[in-house]
Amino acid sequence: MRSFEYARAGDPADAVARFRPGAMYLGGGTNLVDLMRLGVAEPEFLVDVSRLPLDRIEPDGDGLRVGAAVRNSDLGAHPLVRERYPMLARAVLAGASGQIRNMATVGGNLLQRTRCPYFQDVSKPCNKRQPGSGCPAIAGDHSNLAIFGHSSACVATHPSDMAVALAALDARVHVTGPGGDRVIPMPGLHRLPGDEPERDTVLAPGELVTAVHLPAPPPGASRYRKVRERASFAFALVSIAAALDVAEDGTVRDCRIALGAVAHAPWRCERAERALRGAPAGEESFTRAAGAELEQARPLPRNAHKVPLVRNLIVLTLLELAP
Amino acid sequence: MEITLRVNGSRRTVEVDPRVSLLDLLRERLGLTGSKKGCDHGQCGACTVLIDGRRANACLALAVAQDGSDITTVEGLADGDRPHPLQAAFIEHDAFQCGYCTPGQLCSAAGMLAEGGPSAVTEDMAADPALTAEEIRERMSGNLCRCGAYPNIVTAIAEVAR
Repeated sequence: MRSFEYARAGDPADAVARFRPGAMYLGGGTNLVDLMRLGVAEPEFLVDVSRLPLDRIEPDGDGLRVGAAVRNSDLGAHPLVRERYPMLARAVLAGASGQIRNMATVGGNLLQRTRCPYFQDVSKPCNKRQPGSGCPAIAGDHSNLAIFGHSSACVATHPSDMAVALAALDARVHVTGPGGDRVIPMPGLHRLPGDEPERDTVLAPGELVTAVHLPAPPPGASRYRKVRERASFAFALVSIAAALDVAEDGTVRDCRIALGAVAHAPWRCERAERALRGAPAGEESFTRAAGAELEQARPLPRNAHKVPLVRNLIVLTLLELAP
Repeated sequence: MEITLRVNGSRRTVEVDPRVSLLDLLRERLGLTGSKKGCDHGQCGACTVLIDGRRANACLALAVAQDGSDITTVEGLADGDRPHPLQAAFIEHDAFQCGYCTPGQLCSAAGMLAEGGPSAVTEDMAADPALTAEEIRERMSGNLCRCGAYPNIVTAIAEVAR
């Protein structure tokens, strides 16, 4: 590991003031420390933000405000989250292991990097790690990479479960930075790779996530489901956060669908949601909605299995949520 | 940088390079070799310790970032000569073969039993489920055992959870 300087920030303004080119913010370190050990990340200066006074979960209007330093385990175990946002609790608990959830912060979960095998291997080219070096995943092992929104420069996926639920819940990410404070609606924090895959998010250098605001929970039933290669402690092949509100006449009043592990960002299924609103809540509509979303899928030769996986996951999850 | 930790009840002040992990500090500097280095990437759980009472992967924790924390390793679980109930149950139920993962399993189980709340296999997120074998397996998924002693590990933990 390259040598670096370390400082613990006292408050968000202190953290931002300490930030300089070559610096990185350190949360729980469960991804960053590993990337430093692999040689993927080589910060010259770590500004530790894990103990900032941003560790509270509190009611905020008709929603909830979650501090960026809240540990993943505390988010998943919080009574208000379990009761009002079970989809989010379930997404958080589906991620990583008990040990990692105890360390990982909400801000760090959002800003974790892709687990694309080429990104994590410094002996291989990777446009995200080293812009312009190429993307061996396109001709190589992309079996668990993107089917939506990828580019000729990058086919990586965002690995977070929590961020998928936040995208479905219309959460807003509060950030502070050298240019002041701003609020970014999910899923807008993360961007598609385009020709700048080195940028995972829309954050500017030195910007720091301070909180996530959850608006009132969507009406109706909700669910997070994750398909993976083993029953626990594995990243998703595909995951879904969905909410469904059905009117008394049996038609869909409103719905939210977001997918994980299919794109460079949590993938909000706006086409499927449009196709569902006002339609009868049943298998035929659900299948049609999944098809509408998948029209824009561009599977790669070795990840085409994700297309039926997405279709079946959308249909089965909505069937489970329908009254 | 100088940091001060409380390790198994003793105050320890040490000078560390920011690159040093908590695991390397414990093993190489403080002589506490109970915590094991398995993968060094947070994937196997052999290095699990309790940081301020909560289980964590010591390999992913920078020592400098733990300044002021209270650390419990497997060496600190027993009460003098009396083994921790989990240690007794692991012996009683033969919950190991080679033993390399055992310190991490013990610290992880000790942390897990204090956690409560739902897990990924709990049906109702609002419930506090009983620790069935399925719940224990899910909650202990951050600890791998390459000998495959899982059935007896689950039995041992279930006995202490009762």
